[in-house]
Amino acid sequence: MTGAAFFITSDQFHCGVSLLVGGGPGRHRMLDPAGPQAGNIEWLYWVIFWILLVVFVLTIAGFARAAARTRTSATEMLPIVKDPEGDRRAHWAVGSAVAVTVLTLFAILVMSVITGKKVEGLTSQNPITIQVIGHQWWWEVIYPNAQADQTVTTANEIHVPVGKPIVLLTNSADVIHSFWAPSINGKRDLLPGYSSAFWIQIDQPGVYHGQCAEFCGLQHAHMGFSIVAESASAFAQWQERQLKPAPDPADPEPRRGRQVFLTHACLMCHTIRGTGAGSRFGPDLTHLASRSMIAAETLPNTRGALAGWIVDPQRIKPGNQMTPNPLEPDDLEALVSYLGTLN
Amino acid sequence: MQTDLALWSAVAGMLMLLACSREERQFRPSPPASEVINSVQVSGLNPGANPVGAPPAPEYYQESAYAVSQGKTLFNEYNCSGCHANGGGGIGPPLMDNYWIYGSEPGNIFTTIIQGRPNGMPSFRNRIPEFQAWEIVAYVRSLSGLLPKDVAPSRSDRFYVKPPEQSMPYQVPTGITGKPEPPK
Repeated sequence: MTGAAFFITSDQFHCGVSLLVGGGPGRHRMLDPAGPQAGNIEWLYWVIFWILLVVFVLTIAGFARAAARTRTSATEMLPIVKDPEGDRRAHWAVGSAVAVTVLTLFAILVMSVITGKKVEGLTSQNPITIQVIGHQWWWEVIYPNAQADQTVTTANEIHVPVGKPIVLLTNSADVIHSFWAPSINGKRDLLPGYSSAFWIQIDQPGVYHGQCAEFCGLQHAHMGFSIVAESASAFAQWQERQLKPAPDPADPEPRRGRQVFLTHACLMCHTIRGTGAGSRFGPDLTHLASRSMIAAETLPNTRGALAGWIVDPQRIKPGNQMTPNPLEPDDLEALVSYLGTLN
Repeated sequence: MQTDLALWSAVAGMLMLLACSREERQFRPSPPASEVINSVQVSGLNPGANPVGAPPAPEYYQESAYAVSQGKTLFNEYNCSGCHANGGGGIGPPLMDNYWIYGSEPGNIFTTIIQGRPNGMPSFRNRIPEFQAWEIVAYVRSLSGLLPKDVAPSRSDRFYVKPPEQSMPYQVPTGITGKPEPPK
């Protein structure tokens, strides 16, 4: 019966582990489903859990019974006894145990397939489309629109409206990544050069955390993202704000900060719409200050963390693609002030 | 006698293992190397006594497979490929042949990147940090086989559909006259 473990997907295994280890509310918890798909997966988890618990108890009880039986001493030669009645009973017992095992495994298989179909079966005529592109080691998030100037580009923080089916178009810019928000859906691998689509739906407003679930290099562990589920009106408001280009800073310090941004390595990789910086190697920073975390959920988006990250990102996430920037203190102050205006 | 032989072979084998060295990936270049450069001079003519030429190349970047791989990534991301294609040339001259207008030494290529060159090569001064420029230099040199074979491996850190172009056969660099440069 140990074979039943074979039918538990790795999602459920990890979930069990994270359940034991703990984790804050909303942080990587599969048993705290926020949408119909995670609900289905949770149901399957508990069904398999209870079946296996029964099997475990029966197996241990059988071992205990066998261990407790009276033993004969090893020196004594046992006589060979012919007992056709006992043989028949033994055949029945073993045969029915095998049959029950096979049937249980088959039932679990059928339930797994049905759950998979339910999870995949979410569709809608008019979904919200979000493109998620995995990078070493961050997530590019694009809300495509037929009109180019209505396209929102952001990073690591995915805003979605509550209760609406959403189709995620996934791709990767370099190696295989895996998109996994445990309280929303199972994993989906992001393959370089191969676009695929999958659906999610979130019914309860809140912030849900996710993580890359396919080892993708040095900073795989620091490749998190969050999904912010909010009401349709709040989502529309967010989207409208994200569409705007970066405002011209009014104060002299942020103005100088913009000059620093445009005359150092920053503009080789980052975009700030409304300025001359338009490279797409790194995350789009047009609305950096509207995000709550930086560096793919590694640091909070505070002034100090941002300054530390700019000066020495290789200390915080060794091997990542951002270059260290040994700036003059005044320049750094000004740059961080400027980035703070990008909300 | 047999056991002696086996023992000594084992000891010799272990000693030989000491010679193995793992490729080191340098993620945190020194602050000066991370600074954007604006100090490169093209001309050797300057007032005063100090002759200024192409800067000496740090050896690490010419000897590290990781630096070459990073150079390859940056070559694409910083849009060098926009003009030079993947070394075959287009708007800009090809980089995988043996013909070098401004010299094939690391310092020459570094100067070309930072300073720019007439007829279209933009200057990346004030844009890219010094160590990244050296990484790109290493990759550009590998395109015509000027790096040792073990530094320019056939694997890449990133997925590309084409075979790795950094493992090009060695090409004897020629200058603008078309004659091979004198051996160093």
